[in-house]
Amino acid sequence: MSRAGADEKPAISPLHDPRWRSAVYQVLLCAVIVFLVYSAVDNAAQNLQRARIASGFDFWHRTAGFDISQTLIDYSTVSTYGRAFWVGLLNTLLVAGLGIIIATIIGFIVGIARLSKNALVSRLAGGYVEVIRNLPLLLQLLFWYNAVLKALPELSDSLVLPGGAFLNNRGLFLPQPVAGAGFSVVPLMFVIGLAGALLFRVWAKRRQERTGLQAPILLATFLLVIGLPLAAFLLSGVPIEFGYPEKGRFNIRGGIEILPEFMALLFGLSIYTAAFIAEVVRAGILAVSHGQTEAAYSLGLRPGQTLRRVVIPQAMRVIVPPLTNQYLNLTKNSSLAVAIGYPDLVQIFAGTVLNQTGQAVEVIAITMAVYLTISLVTSLLMNWYNARIALVER
Amino acid sequence: MAAHTPSGTSYVRAQAVAPLPPPLVESGAIGWLRTALFSGPLNIVLTILSGALIVLIVPPLLNFLIFDATWSGADREACLARPDRPVVGACWAFIRERLGYFIYGFYPIAERWRVDAFFVLLTIGIIWLLAPTARRRTLGAIYFFVVMPVLACVLLLGWPAIGLPEVSTTQWGGMLVTVVVSGVGIVFSLPIGIVLALGRRSRMPLVKLFSVIFIEFVRGVPLVTVLFMASVMLPLFVPEQWSPDKLLRALVGVALFASAYMAEVVRAGLQAIPRGQYEGAMAVGLSYWRMMGLIILPQALRVTIPNIVNSYIALFKDTTLVFIVGIFDFLRTIEAARVDPKWATPVTSTTGYAFAAIVYFICCYLMSRYARDMEARLTTTHRR
Amino acid sequence: MDQPTSPPRLRPAKLKTDVAIDIIGMHKWFGDFHVLRDINLRVMGGERIVICGPSGSGKSTMIRCINRLEEHQRGRILIDGMELTGDLRRIDEIRREVGMVFQHFNLFPHLTVLENLTLAPIWVRKMPKKDADDIAMHFLRRVKIPEQAHKYPGQLSGGQQQRVAIARALCMNPKIMLFDEPTSALDPEMVKEVLETMVQLAEDGMTMLVVTHEMGFARQVANRVVFMDEGQIVEVNTPEEFFAHPQHERTKLFLSQILQ
Ligand SMILES: Nc1ncnc2c1ncn2[C@@H]1O[C@H](COP(=O)(O)OP(=O)(O)OP(=O)(O)O)[C@@H](O)[C@H]1O
Ligand SMILES: [Mg+2]
Repeated sequence: MSRAGADEKPAISPLHDPRWRSAVYQVLLCAVIVFLVYSAVDNAAQNLQRARIASGFDFWHRTAGFDISQTLIDYSTVSTYGRAFWVGLLNTLLVAGLGIIIATIIGFIVGIARLSKNALVSRLAGGYVEVIRNLPLLLQLLFWYNAVLKALPELSDSLVLPGGAFLNNRGLFLPQPVAGAGFSVVPLMFVIGLAGALLFRVWAKRRQERTGLQAPILLATFLLVIGLPLAAFLLSGVPIEFGYPEKGRFNIRGGIEILPEFMALLFGLSIYTAAFIAEVVRAGILAVSHGQTEAAYSLGLRPGQTLRRVVIPQAMRVIVPPLTNQYLNLTKNSSLAVAIGYPDLVQIFAGTVLNQTGQAVEVIAITMAVYLTISLVTSLLMNWYNARIALVER
Repeated sequence: MAAHTPSGTSYVRAQAVAPLPPPLVESGAIGWLRTALFSGPLNIVLTILSGALIVLIVPPLLNFLIFDATWSGADREACLARPDRPVVGACWAFIRERLGYFIYGFYPIAERWRVDAFFVLLTIGIIWLLAPTARRRTLGAIYFFVVMPVLACVLLLGWPAIGLPEVSTTQWGGMLVTVVVSGVGIVFSLPIGIVLALGRRSRMPLVKLFSVIFIEFVRGVPLVTVLFMASVMLPLFVPEQWSPDKLLRALVGVALFASAYMAEVVRAGLQAIPRGQYEGAMAVGLSYWRMMGLIILPQALRVTIPNIVNSYIALFKDTTLVFIVGIFDFLRTIEAARVDPKWATPVTSTTGYAFAAIVYFICCYLMSRYARDMEARLTTTHRR
Repeated sequence: MDQPTSPPRLRPAKLKTDVAIDIIGMHKWFGDFHVLRDINLRVMGGERIVICGPSGSGKSTMIRCINRLEEHQRGRILIDGMELTGDLRRIDEIRREVGMVFQHFNLFPHLTVLENLTLAPIWVRKMPKKDADDIAMHFLRRVKIPEQAHKYPGQLSGGQQQRVAIARALCMNPKIMLFDEPTSALDPEMVKEVLETMVQLAEDGMTMLVVTHEMGFARQVANRVVFMDEGQIVEVNTPEEFFAHPQHERTKLFLSQILQ
């Protein structure tokens, strides 16, 4: 190939002009994609017609006719497919939300434990991370569900837990707290305590700036937010009653029922994700150089103050982005619910609804759109956060 | 020795101090124990707590897996509790009997040697590519990414013309399927991932746009939904007569999914290559593809090997999800076998899961060890 | 902001005793490795000591023992009459009196220059924010960079960062300042500005222990030069004598290598 033409300006043959080439490539790419999309749509239309499936979103308002074992909002067999969608979405959000909280707690504990000077503690934490990360999540879910929870005693031999709860292979049955007369004072006090704690913080900060005196903010917050409602609760004569579950011959009546599917999914997701969070936390703390702690110590800061004012603010910058990623992973992984029959979005919608209506394209598109929305919103928030906290460099 | 304080203006040491051994508590096993386990009350409490946890976990686990386990037997009777044996551990007899099923699924027994041959071909490819001392890697790559897949297809699917009877993929199962699914993921995700990564860094706006949309779309949704899409929507999108078989649909889903993740891994590697390398390559007059193929990609992939292996680990674990679209992978065969009435006992499920856990753990652990070793090797050769 | 013509002077906090630092028969091991062997050194109030010696001879380790960033295992260290022990309160007290400047500055990257300076006064000395800000600005003027107060460390040059680090230590009003190779991570033109700051500090009468290979600085401000090798103090002398008539063979060799 001749490489002439590079320096004789006027006569670049289109074959060697980078702008031409890139235009051609892009047009070709577009053509290929348009062709693929067109033929896919065409085939789909024909195939659907042959199978006599009407496309469109009319099914949304049709009666679903199936039951769901866990519903956070009113739902029955006469509800619509649309309603079933919301039930599934809420169930997904419930398990993901709780899972995120538990996984974060376990993950931070294990991550810090891995850095412990105590050899036994750090090795134990290391073993946890190593084992859990190297086993497929699905295997762990099946284990929790089939080998642990489903292997619990039958209804008739239910384990009786302290406080009037039952545990058997149909789930966990807890007493249901029912607010008695005068209970409303407790949430009221909680709100007041919360407001008080916020005011106290502002006041403490102002006073500290003025006089240098420091106030026990943590203790005060705790007292106001937890102590105040608790005191109100006790003083107003414990205005709460429990609806205890009662064991009948064939079922358990009353109380709160927690499905084994839900428990298995929650355990599995939390324990699995916690192992990854532990690694994130460990890396974040290690990313703060030793020099930073030494500088803080040499200024006379206490270890606690050093952690609070120097290490944590820097470590969080490293931790938060991958941590969010893990939260997203947990949310997406909650779709494994379908393997153990927890009624989440995928199980209800992409499973049952799809099978009943046959409207694969619409159903899958809606399901994916939900996850995609969650992911995109989270990553937009993340970009905003990253830009805000980025360390200023030259 | 001069115990004297040199506070005067001048001092010269007359005699050097030879190094002394440390005070007893600082060294040896006792010193280690003191600093590592018993320094301070908090540490002692932690030591006791974790010790208790270990005692709570390890002995029962060993008892179940080894000491109380049943090693041989013909059916469930062997693994049931009897008056003379009130505690039963793992039922390894069950695993022994069903091992063939776990490895080959319903692959015809007479043809199983073909699966074994495939495993051998695969092992050669893996060693050739990964062993740090292996030579002629390029040839190895061609073997792994081109030759071996073709041979594997012929071997596993069959080719009556050369005397290999056809075996439908519905008969495949167990470890074979797990290996095929992850193998296809591995073989396809790297090249597609590289193309997508290059596309995402391309200066052509449309190429970039399509790459970004694909990558972010796939990474934004769960694999389960991708598999559902592949299994119910793929047949809609192609003419009826081509309708792909179930395994092929899942393979397409897994390969696309893995490619999007691989693209991000490769992109990170490309970003780590300093500007000067691009400029140097352009300065000697290399075209875009030559520059990428000869200068940039080899370097980028080298530093990315640990991350590539890590995403293969994730892929390997994710292959279990084909279970959900009804394919008999390794985990699914265990799931099917554990409820078989012939072997159903209270310990069968746990035994099955324990066996699966051991297999998956060994595979993933070896891969992650390899990734870590590579990483250590890379950081040492890159420094100084 | 206008730069004042003459930077404000500093009155270092008064020591309670005449002897600022007294190290008596101190030994330290890292595992089985005997890093510091029989260290004896008495530093009087207001004295400026320069410590030099080959790499790995234990200079850093020695001065880090003085504010307990490292723990010594045998012998005694007294700071202004207070013995350094494992007692946490004692360690806090000593760290408040002893300022330290590191080779790599170790500024807190997430805080502005001003916040770097006021962090310890506010949380350790429990000072009102306004007073802490005033003191911080005072020392920033002293190190001649008051206009950088609201920037982040990452936006400053190396020399400016090191001067901030010195100001940060001074904000705690220390009685003693330790410097661990404060100029060896700097480009040559920035070394000067940092050394000037340190010379001023010396002129104000601060007790200083400086690990450095800047022999010009040693000649100009040191009362005594300490030479270390293999974890031991090999030779101590006034700068004039030390450079003109080194006694020990190791000292001669070292000087011939760095002065050529
Ligand atoms: N935390 C540690 N653990 C083990 N050994 C260490 C540690 N810190 C320092 N050492 C060793 O102690 C010896 C003295 O180190 P030190 O940093 O005090 O030397 P130095 O005289 O400051 O050298 P340089 O001029 O290079 O800074 C060196 O051999 C070093 O390898
Ligand atoms: Mg040093």
